[in-house]
Amino acid sequence: MWDYNDKVKEHFLNPHNVGEIKNADAVGEAGSLACGDQLKLMMKIDEKGIVTDAKFQTFGCGSAIASASALTDLIIGKTMDEVSKITNKDIVDYLGGLPVEKMHCSVMGHEALESALHNYYGETPEKIEDKKKHVVCECFGVTDDEIIRVVRDNKLRTVEDVTHYTKAGGGCMSCHDKIRAIINKVAGEPEKAEPPKHEAKKLTNLQKVKLIEETFEKEIRPMLRADGGDIELIDIEGSRVTVSLRGMCSSCMSASITLKKYVEPKLREFVSDDIIVEEVKP
Amino acid sequence: MSQNVIYTDNNATTMVAPEVVEAMTPFFSQLYGNASSMHFFGGQIKKYMDEARAKVASLLNADPAEIIFTSCGTESDNAAIRGILMANPDKRHIITTRVEHPAVKNVFQHLGKNGYRVSEISVDRLGRIDLDELREKLDSDTALVSIMWANNETGVIFPVQEIAELVKSRGAYFHTDAVQAAGKVEIDVKKTPVDLLSISGHKLHAPKGIGVLYLRKGVHCVPFMMGGHQENGRRAGTENVPYIVGLGRACELAHQFMAVEQREVARLRDLLEAELTDKAIDASVNGDTEHRLPNTANISFKYIEGESILMLLSEVGIAASSGSACTSGSLEPSHVLRAMGIPFTRVHGSVRFSLSRYNTEEDIHTIVQHMLRIEKRLRDISPFGRDEINAH
Repeated sequence: MWDYNDKVKEHFLNPHNVGEIKNADAVGEAGSLACGDQLKLMMKIDEKGIVTDAKFQTFGCGSAIASASALTDLIIGKTMDEVSKITNKDIVDYLGGLPVEKMHCSVMGHEALESALHNYYGETPEKIEDKKKHVVCECFGVTDDEIIRVVRDNKLRTVEDVTHYTKAGGGCMSCHDKIRAIINKVAGEPEKAEPPKHEAKKLTNLQKVKLIEETFEKEIRPMLRADGGDIELIDIEGSRVTVSLRGMCSSCMSASITLKKYVEPKLREFVSDDIIVEEVKP
Repeated sequence: MSQNVIYTDNNATTMVAPEVVEAMTPFFSQLYGNASSMHFFGGQIKKYMDEARAKVASLLNADPAEIIFTSCGTESDNAAIRGILMANPDKRHIITTRVEHPAVKNVFQHLGKNGYRVSEISVDRLGRIDLDELREKLDSDTALVSIMWANNETGVIFPVQEIAELVKSRGAYFHTDAVQAAGKVEIDVKKTPVDLLSISGHKLHAPKGIGVLYLRKGVHCVPFMMGGHQENGRRAGTENVPYIVGLGRACELAHQFMAVEQREVARLRDLLEAELTDKAIDASVNGDTEHRLPNTANISFKYIEGESILMLLSEVGIAASSGSACTSGSLEPSHVLRAMGIPFTRVHGSVRFSLSRYNTEEDIHTIVQHMLRIEKRLRDISPFGRDEINAH
């Protein structure tokens, strides 16, 4: 059974804004019956460009219904400008999180919204013929643009993540190399909107040590200690940070995963975005 | 939580029968000896295991020496398939169906990646296999055929008698996963020439953690578990005495109740199907209703999704399962229903109700009442098939 939180359950059991709007100003659809989920979104928009009403119809699982309900809550009362900035992450945050395998439900919400915006502005959505050229995942018909967007918006790093968010790669798995290439390409892009938190190049080694130690103390040790482990900084050489895991972590089978999936991203976030973490055995 | 539960997921697991718990209890803290020990305290255990083995054998009309206790149905399947192939390394072709349980399906898939030629027999719209297709696929290189006795999702029973005779006539070994069939329909290994057969305890009111591999006398199968000399050297590991005793009792009960269940449980199942297909907006039964386990109903509700149905059933204390993609943990809906060519509009909305002798007619009426309400509610949310609702 999925571990849905209370808010998701509430939106599933008592969804907001179910139904149809006759003479809607914008209608969008996403998903498909074959894939097991489909969402139709309808909006009423006044002359000032404010969404005065939104309704939805969904065929799908609990989190698909909850995501659609959340989406309508998020857009009602907003200006078109605000609405155009909503992403799948906003839906997930509004619901207080979704099981990772269910992220694609929030993405379907976002896709329906985009489709409705195209409809409102009278843009012709990509022709099916054009779309076909860029399909990465044949099983679920997911295009490269769709994958690039979720990878960027949700900072995804693995093929498995992409599958959870878009379903791409969840069928015959033959597109995994293509998805990996997209992830690498996106990861190589400079962050557009957010300025880097720390100017990496200006840090001296001493400052770096201090920042790393602070990050260990605040961000990393509490988690490791909860499992009876600890971490120690061994050496820094340029962007290479050598660490040693202690206690339970030193014999843990998933230590290397902890380093790559948790320690390294934290150090990249708080210290410098080019850090590479390596382990030495004590 | 345990109060007011209507449990209709017996193909997933069953309640341990109170008689079984009672039979097992002395073997935890009183009769806890090791049957291999040289002292009286361990030695006395052997007779209880022999009794249990005889009861299991009796359910299959087998010889007690042909019964090997394992830890679960999956172990039995693995031991049977791999053991036969290791004992017959020269033959490199194996045959199964497209609708097997993962415990067989994934073993075959693995073998296919490791040098074996795998043939999968397809099924028709009602989930039946074509014996002619099997006849064509069998050749002189075929080492083993593994075909389930009855399907876990639809309850469809395969013509195991004909299959076994055909396979034996071509000189291959025949294994059948009888996990769903054992205790529900008659199995007679004296009459049906199966070489190996798997049973799981927890599908017939014994606990989880015990299974059986029937291995016909004279069939050589390399042991899957090696170690001590338990089970005549055919399955090493200290015998799980309480569970073996429990399984013996469960098989005895299954034997005793089989005729009543085939009549009474089937009556409840038929009532459930008749009520739902009659009163729902769009419900249809999946699988061959002529050849089916007495307890299984696989019903598709068009245009609504299985996980949503299960969650709403769960809210009112009804436990069932679904073949929808969202309940599988993968993104793919039921491989069984897809192999049958059931359209996606129905696969995603499929619900399996699997009953047991503990269900009542009142349960059925409660399920029908809630299921009709849930169908209406999800159809109201669904963007599909709106005209049909209005017409209903």
